[in-house]
Amino acid sequence: MNTMSIAKKQTPILSIRSLSTQFSTPAGVLKAVQDVSLDVMPGECVGIVGESGSGKSVCFASVMGLIKPPGEIAAGEVLFDGIDLRKLSPEAMRRIRGKHIAMTMQDALTALNPAMTIQQQLLEVILAHDEDIARQSYWDHKRLAQARAIEVLALVGIPSAQTRLKDYPHQFSGGMRQRIMIAIALACKPHLLIADEPTTALDVTIQAQVLKLIASLRRKLGMSMVLITHDLGVVAEQCDRVVVMYAGQVVESGLTAQVIGAPKHPYTRGLLRATPRVEDLSAPVRPIPGTVPNLINFPAQCHFYSRCTVRSDACLEAIALTRNADGSEVRCIHIEEN
Amino acid sequence: MTSIQTASTTLSPNASTAESPQRLSWRRFSQDRFSMAASVVVLLFLLMAIFAPWIAPQDPNDSDLLRRLQAPVWMDGGEWAYPLGCDALGRDLLSRIIFGSRISIFIGAAVIFIATVVGVVTGLLSGYMRGWVDTVISRVVDILLAFPYLLFTIGLMAMMGPGLQNIILALVYKEWVIPCRLVRGETMALREVEYIEAARAVGASSLYIMAREILPNILSAVIVVSTLRMAHVIILEASLSFLGIGVQPPTASWGSLIADGRSYIWDAWWISTFSGVAILLLVLSINVASQGLRDAFDPRLHE
Amino acid sequence: MNAPLLRVEGLVKHFERPRSLAQRLTGEKRSVVHAVNGVTLEIQRGETLGLIGESGCGKSTLGRSILRLIEPSSGHAVFDGQNLSAMGASQMMRMRARLQIIFQDPYASLNPRKSIREIVSLPLHLHGSGSAEDNNAQVEQLLERVGFRPDQFDRYPHQFSGGQRQRIGIARALVSRPALVVCDEPVSALDVSIKAQILELLGELKVEFNLTYIFISHDIAAVGHLADRIAVMYLGEIVEIGNTMDIMTNPQHPYTQALLSAVPRLVPNTARTRTVLSGDLPSPLNPPSGCKFHTRCPVAMPECAVLSPRLNPLKLAAAHSVACLRSDTHA
Repeated sequence: MNTMSIAKKQTPILSIRSLSTQFSTPAGVLKAVQDVSLDVMPGECVGIVGESGSGKSVCFASVMGLIKPPGEIAAGEVLFDGIDLRKLSPEAMRRIRGKHIAMTMQDALTALNPAMTIQQQLLEVILAHDEDIARQSYWDHKRLAQARAIEVLALVGIPSAQTRLKDYPHQFSGGMRQRIMIAIALACKPHLLIADEPTTALDVTIQAQVLKLIASLRRKLGMSMVLITHDLGVVAEQCDRVVVMYAGQVVESGLTAQVIGAPKHPYTRGLLRATPRVEDLSAPVRPIPGTVPNLINFPAQCHFYSRCTVRSDACLEAIALTRNADGSEVRCIHIEEN
Repeated sequence: MTSIQTASTTLSPNASTAESPQRLSWRRFSQDRFSMAASVVVLLFLLMAIFAPWIAPQDPNDSDLLRRLQAPVWMDGGEWAYPLGCDALGRDLLSRIIFGSRISIFIGAAVIFIATVVGVVTGLLSGYMRGWVDTVISRVVDILLAFPYLLFTIGLMAMMGPGLQNIILALVYKEWVIPCRLVRGETMALREVEYIEAARAVGASSLYIMAREILPNILSAVIVVSTLRMAHVIILEASLSFLGIGVQPPTASWGSLIADGRSYIWDAWWISTFSGVAILLLVLSINVASQGLRDAFDPRLHE
Repeated sequence: MNAPLLRVEGLVKHFERPRSLAQRLTGEKRSVVHAVNGVTLEIQRGETLGLIGESGCGKSTLGRSILRLIEPSSGHAVFDGQNLSAMGASQMMRMRARLQIIFQDPYASLNPRKSIREIVSLPLHLHGSGSAEDNNAQVEQLLERVGFRPDQFDRYPHQFSGGQRQRIGIARALVSRPALVVCDEPVSALDVSIKAQILELLGELKVEFNLTYIFISHDIAAVGHLADRIAVMYLGEIVEIGNTMDIMTNPQHPYTQALLSAVPRLVPNTARTRTVLSGDLPSPLNPPSGCKFHTRCPVAMPECAVLSPRLNPLKLAAAHSVACLRSDTHA
């Protein structure tokens, strides 16, 4: 699954450059995403790890053009296959959304319309985006869309897809609903899938099934993927590269084995220490003291300062992201001392 | 112990003082200009009702046949002492309207107060205890709801006879089911929320839970609905008085004023019109204010 | 051996779906959800029993049934020598001071109209024997212990974060000095770093307050770290129970093996054998015959569809019990 080695000449399928998104609140401006840059190479799976307030979901909602006032993208570029998504008209963005970039949400029960059958929801997406089908005559296109719907449901492992098309979301279990959401996302064969916490609401055995499914689909369709999660274990097993976000910024990124095996940023280290491991019950679990800072009118300093154990006065300045030779990045001036 | 530092470091943004959810809601309400304006109007009517004897230019029952159907001040034959004209018996219309506000507001408030208390208690019992208590109360509610409001009230008045107390009773008989149904629904929903289960887990009795855990959380919905219903009750009282089975003469109710003016609608239009305008203004203001209350208190709009 | 603090015997909880009039007339049988289907276990004073399993396995229902927050359909629970199931309402209410619960949802488990002081004071008002000042002092002391400053005592839940609210819930559970605390998924709704803080707090408080925990969670790693013994539940029954180390390193039941195998590892090495279960959880309205797990079991035998295995201790490790026909147990 490691595609980094020969990929030097490849252009990223998604390139986020210095993205900043903010929200105007009565108390001040909340900079939810600050100067975030990351690339996703074709066929790669990039994990975005962060907790509440890290900005991970807002970042990708910005990519998809789903930010509405009082939120706005303050700066940066979002290049998808070379096209700057920010410069597109809403109509053009709508064509890209769903067809070339698809997104799945965390809670499948609320993300699926409970009043529509899954057939209706699948057809909605297929008919909206698939030009080949849309071009057919009225009688044909519904039939073709239906065939595609059945095909994609079978792809995600829904048994007796044909009969179950007429069912409503609540008639499926949690794992099935998540698969349906993946099916809807994949219906138009997107180049990039953004999965926002795809397995957080699921039981661990169902999670294992769904992750296995996603991995096999990626291989089969050659799809690139962004996997947003707070679960380091999921990232360790599924992703080629990891980007760790904290309080709106990228604090570390690199190959999964490096970031998980030898983390450099104090937050990443703290996160790994705070995670109980099933494979090593004797390892002590040490919490990170403190809480995420309030990002409204936050001063330009290291965001992790209040909870860091290796801080110094030099950290009270804005800390830049340092890029290492092997492509990994860290936002910290104290890595040597760790 | 690291635990001690952890909780204290950061609070959510609006946590400057101990601001209870109620105070936040009232603050939101005060920021809505329409609602505040409407509330001021309602307050003015209330003051008018309380200070009627001092505000009214004339005695509302002072009949002078010489002034029969006298026009308002801006028309021919009008005078400032009788600004809105006089009715068929020469009584000052403005004074009768001012005194009429007492009837409407008093009846409205009394009916709503009694109906709300009865409705809240029955709704809480019905929604929390469920079982046969709920069945009995719900059937009573269903039966009462099945009767058309006005016919039912007229029937009751016919049985009990006219009089202020009877009007209030008759209106309460039907009105209490509204808060009861609302409270029952809200209670049934809240019953399943974890903090109610938590109260049971620490050993609280059902009575305590209904009174101290559930009631404070549904009170805002009850207040909103009750203020809205008050407008309705005022119109109903006016309808009853219009039909002649409300307050009896010589007491003036806005409804009876409209009835009095009915025969003269083409010539002395002011009698019915200004009485109607009074009802309109009060009811409209109550509706706007209660809408504002609902917006300010509705947690879904703001959380 | 000392008498156990809690002994649960054959606890059963069935939920019946009310039938419509039409169903009653046609004589259709009632649909019953066997949420807890005969659970027997013992908990020693001072231990932490972890209860793991996936959604629908009945672990939350079991926890609540023990406390009689949900009335059990049959079976009984004996706490400190007293039969909880036989108690009248007022006696049970008094017992509640000693049996407490911490809830999962930090947002729904606190009354939004009460200040945190009022929330934590309630158990003392109901059960406490001291004066108002003594009670108040106790409440303040506990709130400070779980991490609040005095200027926060009169604030309202909405002014706090999820982790802080969970601390309030913990304080409320401990203020009446209970002996047994059921922790129902206390950290599931929290972020990773806050989860670790709360787990640490729970661990510290257990020692300080001399508590016994029933720790219900679907987070197997968290349970593995906190619990002394673990019970694994599937569709209302305990399928395996034993010391934490035994269960984690040498799971006997195929379901436990699948559960442990499914937990993602932080070691980014994909060369481990994984048993991924096929299919979904069967509907609790219509559980499979024989061994309830046989429909998804990778090593099911024909007998498994017919015979229901009982929870029996292993021949080689008496403290470790399994309900599986394939295991070498004292039948």
